Amino acid sequence: MAAAPAQIGFFVDATRCINCKTCEIACKDFNDAPVGRRIRKVRSFEGGEFPAVFAYNLSMSCNHCEQPACVEGCPAGAYSKRAADGIVVHDPEKCIGCRYCTWLCPYGAPQYDAREGRVRKCNLCAGEATPVCVAACPMRAIEVGPLAEIAARPGSTIALRDLPSPQLTGPSIRYRVRKEARA
Amino acid sequence: MSTNEHDRALVDRRLFLKLSGAAGAGVAAGEILGRWPLAGAAAGSGVRVVAVACNHNCGGRCHLKAHIQDGVITRITTDDSPDTAGRPQLRACLKGRALRSRLRNPARLRYPMKRVGQRGEGKFQRISWDQATEFIAAKLKRVVEQHGPSSVYIQYATGDCGAISGHAAAQRLMNLMGGYLARYNSYSSACLSYVAPFVTGYRDTNSYQTLAHSKLIILNGFNPAETIFETNSNYYLARAREAGARVVVIDPRLTETAATFADEWLPLRPTTDAALFVAMAHVLITEKLCNREFLDKYTIGFDEAHMPAGVPAGNSFESYVLGRSDGVEKTPEWAAEITGIEAHAIRNLARAYGTLHPAQLLQGLGPQRHAHGEESVRAGIALACMTGNLGVLGGGWGGGEGGRRLEIPIGGLPTGTNPVKTRIPVFLWTDAIVRGTEMTAGDGVENGPLASNIKFIFNLGSNTLVNQHADVNRTVRILRDEGLVECIVVSDHFLTPSARFADILLPADNSLERADIGVPWSGERYIVFGNKVVEPPFECKHDYWWLSRVAERLGIGEAFTQGKTEEQWLEQIVGDARQRDPGFPSYEELRERGFYRQDPEEYVAFEKEIRDPAGHPFPTPSGKVEIFSRTLYQRNRADIPGVPHYLAAWEGPQDELSRRYPLQCIGPHYKRRTHSTWDEDAWMEEADPQQMWISPRDAAARGIANGDRVKAFNDRGALLTRARVTRRIRPGVVAIPQGAWYTPGKDGVCRRGCVNVLTSQQATPLAHGNAQHTILVEVKKV
Repeated sequence: MAAAPAQIGFFVDATRCINCKTCEIACKDFNDAPVGRRIRKVRSFEGGEFPAVFAYNLSMSCNHCEQPACVEGCPAGAYSKRAADGIVVHDPEKCIGCRYCTWLCPYGAPQYDAREGRVRKCNLCAGEATPVCVAACPMRAIEVGPLAEIAARPGSTIALRDLPSPQLTGPSIRYRVRKEARA
Repeated sequence: MSTNEHDRALVDRRLFLKLSGAAGAGVAAGEILGRWPLAGAAAGSGVRVVAVACNHNCGGRCHLKAHIQDGVITRITTDDSPDTAGRPQLRACLKGRALRSRLRNPARLRYPMKRVGQRGEGKFQRISWDQATEFIAAKLKRVVEQHGPSSVYIQYATGDCGAISGHAAAQRLMNLMGGYLARYNSYSSACLSYVAPFVTGYRDTNSYQTLAHSKLIILNGFNPAETIFETNSNYYLARAREAGARVVVIDPRLTETAATFADEWLPLRPTTDAALFVAMAHVLITEKLCNREFLDKYTIGFDEAHMPAGVPAGNSFESYVLGRSDGVEKTPEWAAEITGIEAHAIRNLARAYGTLHPAQLLQGLGPQRHAHGEESVRAGIALACMTGNLGVLGGGWGGGEGGRRLEIPIGGLPTGTNPVKTRIPVFLWTDAIVRGTEMTAGDGVENGPLASNIKFIFNLGSNTLVNQHADVNRTVRILRDEGLVECIVVSDHFLTPSARFADILLPADNSLERADIGVPWSGERYIVFGNKVVEPPFECKHDYWWLSRVAERLGIGEAFTQGKTEEQWLEQIVGDARQRDPGFPSYEELRERGFYRQDPEEYVAFEKEIRDPAGHPFPTPSGKVEIFSRTLYQRNRADIPGVPHYLAAWEGPQDELSRRYPLQCIGPHYKRRTHSTWDEDAWMEEADPQQMWISPRDAAARGIANGDRVKAFNDRGALLTRARVTRRIRPGVVAIPQGAWYTPGKDGVCRRGCVNVLTSQQATPLAHGNAQHTILVEVKKV
């Protein structure tokens, strides 16, 4: 699948992220997600040996990939990638709850809830002036914008030690992160 | 709460959502194909957006907005005023964003109740508000007649930080009835607040805007990423680092603050902060990096040439550091043995502090919640003076964070004057139950002796009664004895561990169910206003409401209320503020806007004393910073030295007891709670479950793997929790986040992981403060 001409993506400054999880809870509130469904999640990683230990955090929801495995693998046609901005949209009305997408996504973005029998995921807060996570972050560490611009920022990277190879799906997210975290 | 109980709570909550129709209000199916971004998209039609506030006890107070549709809060958002560098938005943290989860919790207390089983058993029977207020009025009258007003104790309470809080209303009531037993200190900053007046005359700190001017920032036990010392404290720290400041974090844990901001992490052994500081002083002295001019001008007691008259030679700080007074030179090698930090790292830090100017040493409050917490505060101030950083933009006083003198002039419910002048240090309230009349000035009692032991307790919006005080097992033994305290009145939202010990248990309203004002204790220049957006459920009431009815029954109703409802008091408080500050908005404007804010300012603590020492002497006996305090010296006690000393802690790493209990245990703040508030919340438990940090080395030695269920114990108690095996903590130390709700099984072992079953009621020597981070434990896999 070709990249959308104006692909939208996330820029997350992990050198600022304090793992406060405000983005995660603001997203939960907006989406009314029950416990167990974490549409945005902050993951924490550590490395080194005491006392030269380092740690860093990655806030992530759906990466609106350039080659989204969910779109390809969904048997119900619940996923689509918008031509204009590359946002990967999931329509819960079409979702049959088969959970293929939860196995295919390398980032754990689709979040199944057994009580609802469906998946939900980040649709980039469609309808909001600013995505909720962006407006919520007390550190101003999350931004959304054209991927081409984001990828060109100083320090911008996606090849990280603790993430799957970006070549799998072409995630539309870039991080600024401490050097130890780079792949 | 055990895991099982949590699961049950979740099931209940789901049912509640289903019944109330509150679920699914976020993204409706039709909305998902909307365009992004939509310029100027606002709340949909029929949605009202109303200012509310998060009023729990961290250093921030946050502005929030409730989106209300058809009488249901469908969303919570935060400050959306322009976000500028000079005036960053007041963005709430994860807890403020979870207010809907807290509001919907089906475990909410619903009706007034009276205890029917043994005290503490948690068995209650529903009664009416009339019955409850009649019981309280009659009991209060009898206790005051029989034992005097000082037998009534109003518990330290931070669950409700509004302007019209229950504990303030209870103080107002008691002041009309002859008074109550007063207290001083806090559980947060007892040592800092008590000892600062001996050194600098009062306690103050910079505003965080000043960090942008610092070349070096040393954070000792300061973890604003989790404690939120002010709504924007972390944001200012990030900006300072991006502007080029070097950041060094001293902490047994690689905290969230350290992980994000530290250029260097120094994992010191808990209780040894003062040893590190004293060794840094040694380096500054021997390598001639001291600012002697600053010391000579603004301080006394640093060296022998600047001691008060009549004090024998050898008592200066320099003499102590160089070992002239005790034969022990406080070298980095000496400190390395004690602190576990290598000597060269101590040297490098001291050299950096002595040469990079200006530099801020920011101490969190954790280091002073230790056995000799007074000493790290004093030693930090001494270092700030030695490097000429006190009262300087970009520098800092080094004593401890929080509580600066920079407040918008707004009051709260007037409490009146307490006719009882006797005060106890708050940490000794359990002693005042058991042996109050025998307590002396040696226990920190002021204007004693106590006329009576404590017989009646108001515990309103507080979990200090059981959960947050040290040594829970001793506390509950005392509280269970109905011959000691005769009546305990509790109000809260949930059946907390403290609420279980109520004789009368009252359901309180919360900050979305009434109007109230919040003032950040950080001193940042804003206040927040929260509107009432939903009706209190069931029979939940504001403490002021039922205390008014108690007052009526006691014949002092008119004096208590002056004919005002709580909202009328708020209007008066705002009116008074407008008298003092012409820029203060009207009540209506405040309701609409949700906050009042003055421009943030680069506030430098003690700036005027340094700029103009003649016009603004330090309010100490000498008018200078007293590195040596004659007042303390004259106590003539080894544990209250005249100059700051490192004193080895009881239950510290050098204590004999470490043979049986080899792990030091600290109880850090956890971002998912504000003390014990939010422990009940399922969203918070999902984000950050209760767990104990343990190093891979200590875990391996005990056969513990990440996620294992473990037992932590000492002679005072035991708890179960899960192990988080992490390299982010110093070997020899475990960390069990404070605030988990004490939930004993039949064997008395806490299932939820309340660290206070392990902590000690031994108070610090001078301040009589809580040393709740100073404990030794052992851990095993279960």
